[in-house]
Amino acid sequence: MPDLKLLEAEPTQAERDAIDAVAGVADPFSDRVARSRPRRHLLLPALRAAQRRVGWVTPGALGYASRRLEVPPADAYGVATFYALIALEERPAEVLHVCTDLSCKLAGAEVPPGAHPSPCLGLCERAPASMRTIAGPEPREEQIPPTSPLLPQTSGLKLLRRIAEGNDPESPPAEFAALERARELGPERVLELVKASPLLGRGGAAFPTGVKWEAVARQPAKPHYLVCNADESEPGTFKDRVLMEQDPFGLIESMAIAMYATGCEKGFVYVRAEYPLAHERLQHAIDVSGFDIELRIGAGAYVCGEETALFQSIEGYRGEPRNKPPFPVEVGLFGKPTVVNNVETLLNVPHILLEDDPRDTRLFCVSGNVARPGLYELELGTPLSELLELAGAEPPKAVLMGGAAGSFLRPDQLDLPLSFEGAREAGTTLGSGVVIVYGEDADLVDAVLRIAEFFRDESCGQCVPCRIGTVRQEEALHRLASGRTQGDEIAVLADLTQVMRDASICGLGQTAANAVDSAIHNLGVLA
Amino acid sequence: MKITIDGVTTDVQEGSTILDAARQMGIDTPTLCYGDTLTPVNVCRVCVVEVERSRALVPACSRKVEEGMVVHTDSERVRTSRRLVMELLGSAVDLSTAPEALAYIERYEAKPDRFGPDSLTVAQAVKVDNELYVRDYSKCILCYKCVEACGVDHQNTFAITVAGRGFGAHISTELDVPLPESACVYCGNCVAVCPTGALMAKSEFDLREAGEWREEEQAEVDTVCPYCGVGCNLTLHVQDDAIVKVTSPDDHDVTRGNLCIKGRFGYRYVQTRKPA
Ligand SMILES: Cc1cc2nc3c(=O)[nH]c(=O)nc-3n(C[C@H](O)[C@H](O)[C@H](O)COP(=O)(O)O)c2cc1C
Ligand code: SF4
Ligand code: SF4
Ligand code: SF4
Ligand code: FES
Ligand code: FES
Repeated sequence: MPDLKLLEAEPTQAERDAIDAVAGVADPFSDRVARSRPRRHLLLPALRAAQRRVGWVTPGALGYASRRLEVPPADAYGVATFYALIALEERPAEVLHVCTDLSCKLAGAEVPPGAHPSPCLGLCERAPASMRTIAGPEPREEQIPPTSPLLPQTSGLKLLRRIAEGNDPESPPAEFAALERARELGPERVLELVKASPLLGRGGAAFPTGVKWEAVARQPAKPHYLVCNADESEPGTFKDRVLMEQDPFGLIESMAIAMYATGCEKGFVYVRAEYPLAHERLQHAIDVSGFDIELRIGAGAYVCGEETALFQSIEGYRGEPRNKPPFPVEVGLFGKPTVVNNVETLLNVPHILLEDDPRDTRLFCVSGNVARPGLYELELGTPLSELLELAGAEPPKAVLMGGAAGSFLRPDQLDLPLSFEGAREAGTTLGSGVVIVYGEDADLVDAVLRIAEFFRDESCGQCVPCRIGTVRQEEALHRLASGRTQGDEIAVLADLTQVMRDASICGLGQTAANAVDSAIHNLGVLA
Repeated sequence: MKITIDGVTTDVQEGSTILDAARQMGIDTPTLCYGDTLTPVNVCRVCVVEVERSRALVPACSRKVEEGMVVHTDSERVRTSRRLVMELLGSAVDLSTAPEALAYIERYEAKPDRFGPDSLTVAQAVKVDNELYVRDYSKCILCYKCVEACGVDHQNTFAITVAGRGFGAHISTELDVPLPESACVYCGNCVAVCPTGALMAKSEFDLREAGEWREEEQAEVDTVCPYCGVGCNLTLHVQDDAIVKVTSPDDHDVTRGNLCIKGRFGYRYVQTRKPA
């Protein structure tokens, strides 16, 4: 590392201590030894620690973190400014983040003076929702409202069964039966069973899990890593939060099985910053069970759910997606073969090994204009109408499937079977299992504008189609909504849809026009 | 390794990119963020091509060829995306000193003003905070080249970075401090790779401001840097018998286009020796 000009401001003792708690106590000798092992991956944890101590990242804290971790100060600044929840300007210790996203909008969300508007907080079943961050010697985050009725559905459950039966999320099970079973079977047999199962990834892309696992297991390069993707930031999604809050031991066990089967040395679980209860319970479960799993926490960036952006984030870089190929199974976290799986995907694995329930189920996050919002679990292929009935929806005006990256359905399309093929035939996607119901009085124009704003806000900014395309998309929609049109908006939007889909680097840009396009062409909103 | 580009099958070396293969066949592929001496970041997306059986288009500058690959570099889909990329860039960024970008706008018949007069742009004040080069980020297409040049690809100084996110992403020093307070050593290697004139030698900037920059009249004189024993090749850009800019050829073994502060900016003594 060359000599770096370092930010001259000094940190306060409190900031120093907070950063040292992450980076280790400063010691000139070990700091020099550490040069052979880069510690840049501790940058985001260090910035988070400093901010949680004093409420924002001061120049002194930024400089100290770069110094301790040997990250060029400009780079550290680039990373800090990437995340919506890292503040580089002075802020009070307590900050209220009010969700203004799709479901909370339907519930009449309003941002009081002094509060910050926020994208979906993953609390959509209790909309309108917010989060309070409280910095200080004992920092914490509060979800508001703090709780909601646990599960609206009580029968036919598979992944949610343990939760419905009232397991204690804070005490370990008597045994990890599925992990025991895996050890009896051996890694090869576990791989075979997962491959023979119909399990497809639940994070959105629906990739066969067994194929992914085998590809990593066969990689000669070592070590292998497992990353559990718990960034869950697709507006309307809250399933992984419920799983982590209520069944953290189940997730940790599932990760241990995946690591065993694919020869992973270490596992990471990357959870979005807005899930304090999940952090607490997962950390407890990790500590108690002793698996080599590390909890990493985001800082407000939807794009970090994209698997390669997630690696960048863990490694201490800006969460900018990498170009693929190479794919993570070959070149993943720290450049090593990596299994990335969604929380729900992993929680299917114990049932495959224990052969206790052959049904292929999916979790659905139902919110919006329904009597019983919450998390549902249905066998794949169940008609959407049945789910809407369970949740107590009046005949809706439209349903948004798959979240902001998904698409809108008309009232006459609600018979579609909830399966990958069924969704594809209807021109939509199950995505992350989002079902937002728009009742008779809902404002669909408002919803479309919010979706466009979301993508504009969350674009990482790396590639031209998405960085500028999402802005032009939002501008064209605003012209349509306000009636001050140029006359060619629909053609402009069609071109933007094509270039974002075809030429963006990652799934964010590639799907940024989906919901807007379906609102215009399927619902006739703003058409 | 055999691949087919625009209907012609050809042999290319394993490990080369689609861009290498296209160049080998004489197909002119537009590029903005790609640089022969830099690691591809594949962010501008103007080089995209259609590869059969791939869902989205792929960046020619970084995608490696594979046996049997079938590539289309001038299909309707390719032309549309390239046109849109140029329309988007042209609608947000001042491309007036970016010759390649202007040529692509023409080639793909892009109409950057189609998004209307109220389109958000990156227009901002020019940063003139030192004697050697200026930064006009109204002209920045965010190609990352300067960051790469300042970082691991060339200079290893790490004075600049991409900060912010989305449309707000921009090139910055730490906390946006002026260059003299940053780690910058004024090698000017970022200026050398900038494809848009966002980074510009102060000498060129001043002459342009005065309306006296006449590139067509300039002579280019190759010489060797007089300062140290490394032996960097210099190209002196001379207008009205005065050096107005110094560059180094990208294909020179020693420099790969890079210089240090002395070679790039330390030429004033040459002119002051001249009798008035
Ligand atoms: C913008 C974007 C955001 C994403 N967010 C998530 C997420 O929060 N959780 C997740 O599991 N997958 C997310 N994904 C998908 C991941 O890239 C990846 O496909 C997934 O984690 C793989 O796990 P699976 O095979 O178990 O589904 C996202 C993808 C994109 C493009
Ligand atoms: S598509 Fe958007 S989010 Fe993805 S890399 Fe490009 S700019 Fe970033
Ligand atoms: S002049 Fe050299 S050191 Fe300064 S920013 Fe440019 S590349 Fe970096
Ligand atoms: S300043 Fe120039 S080199 Fe740097 S990103 Fe902008 S256009 Fe590219
Ligand atoms: S928490 Fe507000 S929309 Fe999800
Ligand atoms: S030149 Fe290939 S993406 Fe920019």
